Amino acid sequence: MTDRILTTLMTEHPTDSHTLSRYEAAGGYTALRSALTMKPEEIVEQVKASNLKGRGGAGFPTGVKWGFLAPGAERYLVVNADESEPGTFKDRQLLERDPHQVLEGVLISAFALDVHRVFVYVRGEYPRPARRMQAAIDEARGAGLVGDDVAGSGYAIEVSVHLGAGAYICGEETALLNSLEGRRGEPRIKPPFPAVAGLYALPTIVNNVETLANVPWIVTNGGSAYDAIGPEGSRGTRMFSLSGHIERPGNYELVMGMSWRDLIYDVGGGVRDGRDLKAWIPGGASAPWFVPALHLDTPVTDDDVGRLGSMLGSGAVVVMDETTNVVAAALSIVKFFAHESCGQCTPCREGTTWMEQILERILHGAGRPSDLDLLLDISDNISPGLRWPPAMTTICPLGPSAVSPITSIMRHFRGEVEEMVMAGATHV
Amino acid sequence: MSAWSDETMERAQSLVASYPDPRSAVMPLLYLAMREEGGPLTDDGMRIVADLIGYTPVQVQAVASFYTMYKRHVGRHLVSVCTSISCHLLGAGEVLAAAADEVGVPVGGTAEDGSVTVEGVECIGACGGAVAVQVDYEFVEGVTPEAARSLCRWLVDESPETVRSDDMQERFGGATAFDWGSEDPTDAVGPMPAFGPYGTAGGA
Repeated sequence: MTDRILTTLMTEHPTDSHTLSRYEAAGGYTALRSALTMKPEEIVEQVKASNLKGRGGAGFPTGVKWGFLAPGAERYLVVNADESEPGTFKDRQLLERDPHQVLEGVLISAFALDVHRVFVYVRGEYPRPARRMQAAIDEARGAGLVGDDVAGSGYAIEVSVHLGAGAYICGEETALLNSLEGRRGEPRIKPPFPAVAGLYALPTIVNNVETLANVPWIVTNGGSAYDAIGPEGSRGTRMFSLSGHIERPGNYELVMGMSWRDLIYDVGGGVRDGRDLKAWIPGGASAPWFVPALHLDTPVTDDDVGRLGSMLGSGAVVVMDETTNVVAAALSIVKFFAHESCGQCTPCREGTTWMEQILERILHGAGRPSDLDLLLDISDNISPGLRWPPAMTTICPLGPSAVSPITSIMRHFRGEVEEMVMAGATHV
Repeated sequence: MSAWSDETMERAQSLVASYPDPRSAVMPLLYLAMREEGGPLTDDGMRIVADLIGYTPVQVQAVASFYTMYKRHVGRHLVSVCTSISCHLLGAGEVLAAAADEVGVPVGGTAEDGSVTVEGVECIGACGGAVAVQVDYEFVEGVTPEAARSLCRWLVDESPETVRSDDMQERFGGATAFDWGSEDPTDAVGPMPAFGPYGTAGGA
């Protein structure tokens, strides 16, 4: 069974996997050439059959999303390379180390969607990935693979890199589109969804970098071959970013379905310095935390993690060892969301700031006994019922994401928080 | 009102023409404005951007103020220490404090001689290489408090014209989030915010 799709070239040829010559020597752009002989709708069918899900965080089936694209003479494909979910650094590696793989996926997808203009929105803090992507586009143009007549097929495509400027919220697809239109990066009320009214109010598909990087393999091997990898509901391989108190941090391309124990202890080498595991975040800062007593032997799949009240999200696994001060950790995450809130919706704008201030005073020995219920009350105002997936009082999920660390420490470490409030003590 | 050089205006106009709607060029133009005006974003710079795309100056300000990378005040070099969860767990607070202390400024401050600004930032995507730092948005990963001091001392004392990620990693870095592969010969940047000639970032 295939256990590696995206990271083969960069592993086998670490010094030049980003160049066109190396990529073509390894069979690169043959998927594009064969795609250009197919009917666009056949490619869409293959991607639907693959059951590939979006790798940006929401996990929506890519083929289904493509199926929503409204007809129109002018339509867009936008590549979401605004990777900013704390704990996530996989798209950066894919762009830096194998940009042609991403570009080939982009070109095939644009052809399948009958799109002639693509924007790659790269976060501003990723200058090297942006340079590598731009160099790949330039090289491909020189080889006749981008431009007015792609590989002699008559198909015309333009691809541009657009640099962000430091705003997590622009990873939300409608905020990204507003940003690309030259506005503040504030999420839009949906519907309409981008597939109907996206960039410049025209039909637009927004896909994540890793998602599109899978498309060449799917075209070459067929959607059913991709659908044969991994457990049902979590097909294909997936990039996991391991970080925090883990012995071997890094990006790992894995077939899903192993246990969390295997992922953390076998793949990641266990908790650093042989310490005990206290908790981990299974899918980026937005995801509710897991703890060893409840979750270590459950499988790493979208369905299993979802059933247990969290998500695989962007594939970012953040490990916390026994020395972790959970209030300080939760504060770091809440502070992130307070800083990145766009400010449109009151529950998020005010709620994240209040939660930050309350956690701050608990951490610094000035907590009040009422603070625990107050934190939960604010959380409930942002996301009524504190359910998963979260209910929303806001335009986008940023506010509800800030609730995750609060419910996590209240559910699993309430005693520790209470103790800190009662003692008025700070332990770092 | 200051004017931009012919070369910069040409670049600006080609950026505007590269989008279906001129207003989409506001972000790359703001980077261009910072570079042309010598670092920080200025009112004059924003007025020129507004004229180029048919925005009013206040519309440009509304956009610029939304994003953290369009700075009104910044030194010749910008040291950004990540403070988000993975870096937090591995001691970002100490790294940030050491950097600020070495430069002699509070977090967010700029040295009196204008050489270096030190800031704490949210996740910059190098979590496996915590604690992660950027200088002029170029990565240095696996940074200890001591290394952060050496890095800042080097920036203050030597005031290098440009910085390179690969060199800084070699001198001041530790473990990286992933194997960087080969060096990037095109990545000498600086001073702030001199993005290279790629994409829509306002380069040459």
